[in-house]
Amino acid sequence: MPNATQTASAGQMPDAGGQPNVPEASAGAAARPAVAARVKIHARDVNVHYGEKHALKHVDLDVNEHEVTALIGPSGCGKSTFLRCMNRMNDVIDNCQVTGSITLDGTDVYDPSLDVVQLRARVGMVFQKPNPFPKSIYENVAYGPRIHGIARGKSELDEIVHRSLTRAGLLKEVNDRLNEPGTGLSGGQQQRLCIARAIAVNPEVILMDEPCSALDPIATAKIEELIDELRENYTIVIVTHSMQQAARVSQRTAFFHLGDLVEVGDTEQIFTNPKDSRTQGYITGRFG
Amino acid sequence: MTDTSPQIASAQLGTSAPGTQSGEPPRFDWNAPEMRRGFAARHRANTRLQIYGLSAIALAVLLIAILVGSLVATGYQSFVQTHVTFEVFVDPAKVDAADPAKGNFRLIVRDSFAAQFPDVTNPRDLRSLTDVMTADAPFIVRDRVVADPSLIGQRVEVTMPVSDAFDQLQKGVTPRDVPETQRKVNDKQIAWFDTLAERGQITVPFNTALFLSADSRFPELAGLAGAIVGSFYALLVCFLISFPVGIAAAVYLEEFARKGRWSDILEVNINNLAAVPSVVFGLLGLAVFLGFFGLPRSTPLVGGMVLALMTLPTIIIATRSALKAVPPSIREAALGVGASKHQVVLHHVLPLAMPGILTGTIIGMAQALGETAPLLLIGMNAFITSPPGGILESATALPTQIFIWADSPERGFVSRTSAAILVLIGFLIAMNLVAVILRKRFERRW
Repeated sequence: MPNATQTASAGQMPDAGGQPNVPEASAGAAARPAVAARVKIHARDVNVHYGEKHALKHVDLDVNEHEVTALIGPSGCGKSTFLRCMNRMNDVIDNCQVTGSITLDGTDVYDPSLDVVQLRARVGMVFQKPNPFPKSIYENVAYGPRIHGIARGKSELDEIVHRSLTRAGLLKEVNDRLNEPGTGLSGGQQQRLCIARAIAVNPEVILMDEPCSALDPIATAKIEELIDELRENYTIVIVTHSMQQAARVSQRTAFFHLGDLVEVGDTEQIFTNPKDSRTQGYITGRFG
Repeated sequence: MTDTSPQIASAQLGTSAPGTQSGEPPRFDWNAPEMRRGFAARHRANTRLQIYGLSAIALAVLLIAILVGSLVATGYQSFVQTHVTFEVFVDPAKVDAADPAKGNFRLIVRDSFAAQFPDVTNPRDLRSLTDVMTADAPFIVRDRVVADPSLIGQRVEVTMPVSDAFDQLQKGVTPRDVPETQRKVNDKQIAWFDTLAERGQITVPFNTALFLSADSRFPELAGLAGAIVGSFYALLVCFLISFPVGIAAAVYLEEFARKGRWSDILEVNINNLAAVPSVVFGLLGLAVFLGFFGLPRSTPLVGGMVLALMTLPTIIIATRSALKAVPPSIREAALGVGASKHQVVLHHVLPLAMPGILTGTIIGMAQALGETAPLLLIGMNAFITSPPGGILESATALPTQIFIWADSPERGFVSRTSAAILVLIGFLIAMNLVAVILRKRFERRW
């Protein structure tokens, strides 16, 4: 892990720009001998203003491919804001201004010529509250492939729906009622349906905004298991309030506080040997 | 915690003492007289408020009952109509088989009717005998003969309305016991009428003409068909304009427009438009649609356009609140899988908001149906004796028909006005019921 002990803050990354692999190469092999993880998302000097409010301050963060990156921090620290910068969901907020650079595989996400629709297909999202469409389970999953024209014909669409539901670990529970409304499922099933819906368009990155905060412990355990399995094929960024969850599912953890990215590193290191006193205070429960 | 519960119990019994422990806050004596008085006052205020509300509702119900009651009391008589049945001899000498429309039906009808009373010979008596029938009697017979020329030379049984004066006599509206000079019908006529009734030639069936005929100078023939068709066409035009335009405007304002000073100004103006008196819209229609664009006056097209102006704010406001009620999580879900803005709106937000939009639209339409002033100004209060064949023909509408009838002096129009109001109210209730059913049926919870 190249950035294992990196304490990200403003100005420490003067080489901000579209060169995702440069910081990796310099310190790479030492920290993680096995596979040098490829950087999928590369954020440099990201600032977000909501009107007058400076919600996110000079954030530099790399998200590695096929890893789960957890964003933790007290409420209002900007972790969800940062998450929503990565697929430009902040665009829909009227007075939200984003500066800095975020690249996905070297492509600038905020390039005006970039097609947001395509970006959001590549960077899927799962929300805090399960939000299936008030349509059938099948239609929920089929919606993404349909609008992007991914499937040719009904059988191909059927296959995508079944594959997505299988990968989300939901098919067995709903196989005989695909035409019933998705809103009739239990909370945990709804959230897995939302995950199935997100992976139906075969995204490269999945952003999860506190996906388990509305769920009971059993449903949470299932989702966490699922996240671990999904890591093989997808890059996952998860915002969570539960530090146990961050510890359980993530390989890397970033700690946000009052709009600053305080510390980012291997999950194990963050939880056992944090460099910053604020991180220490938060993970030991002294504030937050 | 456990040691405080006995203290709470004792406090409720009214034997509480100030807290013994140093840090404990002082306890209230819930049973102190001023406390009890306070409670009693609050209960009284509560009861008082409920009584105010109940009496307001009772007053409203009473007023509605009086309104509907008086309408029914005067209007019910118009739902039946007195008819007379007699045999008409279509004299071939008076009507030419080659051109039946030109026949002298006045004479045919008079002679046939006079045949009922062979002893009446004096011309003045004959004229007053003919007055028992509706003044349109020759035309009623003519229309039948024109439709079927084989009737010429035959004896045909014809049932037609009696004239208004005798209709009122039969219904007991015109009293029989006042001096002859103060009645529209004289003693002889009453005697003939009673004879006809004794012979079973007078019947009082359901008044189908009220719904199937258009307006007429004679109350016994006047109906609402023209007004109903006119209102239908006007509402159709109104719907076709205001529904798409209203939804498009609301969707843009709610989903696409940036919230700011301009959208605020726009919103205030739209809300103001909803409060503009309808007569102003009528004047606008008169000046712009008739005066400037020269569209034909008195037509449902112009009426519908004016009503659309009035209905637009209602639909825009209803649509915006229906769109606002769609939870943002649905929009996020759709955006999150890569739907574009228009797909979010068309695939998810609009279908979910549709019940609310339709409810608002129907309520707007119901308002438009009852609107009178703008239609008066663009001339939809014309006297039109046949239902309009399209949106470009002169027509009346239900409320303007009520206006015309309320203005007419004939006795029969009094109850017909009430009947027309009942019909209008019936349509309004039906439309509002549909709105309620739609709302209940498609109500969704998230």
